[in-house]
Amino acid sequence: MRLGSIPERLSRDRHNLGAASHIEVDQAAARRLGAGPLLERICPAHVYTQGPDGAIRINWAACLECGTCLALAPPGVLTWRYPAGGAGIAYRHG
Amino acid sequence: MDVDFDVIVVGAGVAGCVAAHQLATAGRSVLLVERGAQVGDKALSGGVLYCRVMEQIFPGFLERAPVERAITRNCLSFMNSDSFVNIDYADDRLGAPVNAVSVLRAKLDAWLGEQCEAAGAMVMPGVLVDRLLLEGGRVLGVGAGEDELRCHVVVAADGVNSFVARDAGLRDPDPPRHLALGVKSVIALDRSTIEARFNLPAAGGAGGLAEGAAYAVVGDCTKGVGGGGFMYTNLESVSIGLVLRLDDLARSGETASDLHDRFLDHRRVAPFLEGGELLEYGAHLVAEGGAAMVRGLVAPGLVLVGEAAGLALNTGLTVRGMDLAAGSALAAAKCVDAALAAGDCSAAGLASYEAALRASFVGRDIETYRRAPAFLEGTRMFNDYGPLLADVFHGVYNLDLSPRRRLVKTARAAVKASPVRLVDLARDAWAAMRAL
Ligand SMILES: Cc1cc2nc3c(=O)[nH]c(=O)nc-3n(C[C@H](O)[C@H](O)[C@H](O)COP(=O)(O)OP(=O)(O)OC[C@H]3O[C@@H](n4cnc5c(N)ncnc54)[C@H](O)[C@@H]3O)c2cc1C
Ligand code: SF4
Repeated sequence: MRLGSIPERLSRDRHNLGAASHIEVDQAAARRLGAGPLLERICPAHVYTQGPDGAIRINWAACLECGTCLALAPPGVLTWRYPAGGAGIAYRHG
Repeated sequence: MDVDFDVIVVGAGVAGCVAAHQLATAGRSVLLVERGAQVGDKALSGGVLYCRVMEQIFPGFLERAPVERAITRNCLSFMNSDSFVNIDYADDRLGAPVNAVSVLRAKLDAWLGEQCEAAGAMVMPGVLVDRLLLEGGRVLGVGAGEDELRCHVVVAADGVNSFVARDAGLRDPDPPRHLALGVKSVIALDRSTIEARFNLPAAGGAGGLAEGAAYAVVGDCTKGVGGGGFMYTNLESVSIGLVLRLDDLARSGETASDLHDRFLDHRRVAPFLEGGELLEYGAHLVAEGGAAMVRGLVAPGLVLVGEAAGLALNTGLTVRGMDLAAGSALAAAKCVDAALAAGDCSAAGLASYEAALRASFVGRDIETYRRAPAFLEGTRMFNDYGPLLADVFHGVYNLDLSPRRRLVKTARAAVKASPVRLVDLARDAWAAMRAL
């Protein structure tokens, strides 16, 4: 059984694209606390990727809204809220 | 007080739908607000619903609701890197009466939402409640963007991340060791393939429902991260994934999605899924702290139900949250109705909910399993017992022409070779008896 890459998998999920990101990273705090590698690992949807310059890119449209990053990020690094009503992941099976 | 509704329920999961349904049935005016564009959009669970409580709330539940299979076969699997030891328990009694069913939450929750509407509740999907309206510590209603709605009682049923309770200062965020990440795939397979691979009788002996199997997997499936795997059969798909304790996941250096993939690719798991097609990949947190997480159930004008109140139980053998969500909502609805009748929705007026919850099966089970989280945190359960069991069986079945030893001796030799000492074994057996 082929699972496919994470982006391939997520393309099978249904998402209602929101108007704006529901996630913000304080880049300075993230750099200072070395949060990049942690966020890359723990997010099951690979929303976070750290570039060679150390900045964290956020592919927020892929978010599964689990809340793992919020629970594990060092304090001050993340601002994370649920997306606006009706936006975001829309499971067909669950 | 001028109100728009008697009760506003935030979140149309199992807990919210049951609360809204019960209160609407009692004749209260109820608004059920859900942030998903449709009820069920945001719902994700492993999928075994212990359904007796649902039958109480919705008579004919098993015939009417979109359930998948009646679970009549449970397997506890110890997975090691090169062996797989199973305790395989199939029992016709689990189907008569049906005790547990597999469900897909997007479908189940949509049906529950319809029941709320039929009972007279107003269901409002696509709306994110972003604040509580508070006055001197008393909850007066909810806010969503520019809209403000007032009520006598807010029922917070917004799940494990409950921002409603958090923002109102009623609950601090839970520590990572009390939370676990569930990463799950739903894989399409045809009905007969599922029945053949999971050893399920084809003709339904479980009240006409198709029969199904549920695997709980511990050991190497998480590479030592606290948690475990699950694999549940639906009618025409398999729900499979891992539950990973957050503190351990952070510490371990492992990548969540890689652990999930490694589990599905394991050579003893992959054959179950061969030829299947991935339908959906999802993730959700689950509360794992047991009794320690249940707190702050009542505030003036507010009650917490389901996982918003920290209600979920992982015993290693079963993951339960949906039935506790339903049970807590049932208890809360009764107390809210009584408080409305008495005209007292202060903390004192709603306080009977705490006692009612404690007296219900929810409170009793949380109490019974209060030692389970600490027991499961001990790593032996995850790392050492699987290989030990495999070594015992290896000694029995590996007839390599060396002279046979009695089973007891084989077992003793296996313990000797394993990092588990006899005293640990005794201590853990005692702890297991007390915790589970
Ligand atoms: C991987 C995994 C496996 C599990 N396996 C099982 C199992 O096999 N059996 C079992 O019984 N339990 C299991 N559980 C636990 C179970 O899924 C939960 O305990 C249960 O779903 C909790 O129900 P709830 O109604 O309290 O919350 P939820 O089901 O989370 O519902 C909360 C609802 O509130 C909505 N919401 C949240 N915030 C807002 C807001 N601000 N405004 C409007 N709406 C909002 C959400 O969109 C959602 O619909 C599992 C959980 C996971 C993650
Ligand atoms: S909420 Fe979950 S899926 Fe979304 S970014 Fe955070 S960890 Fe990733």
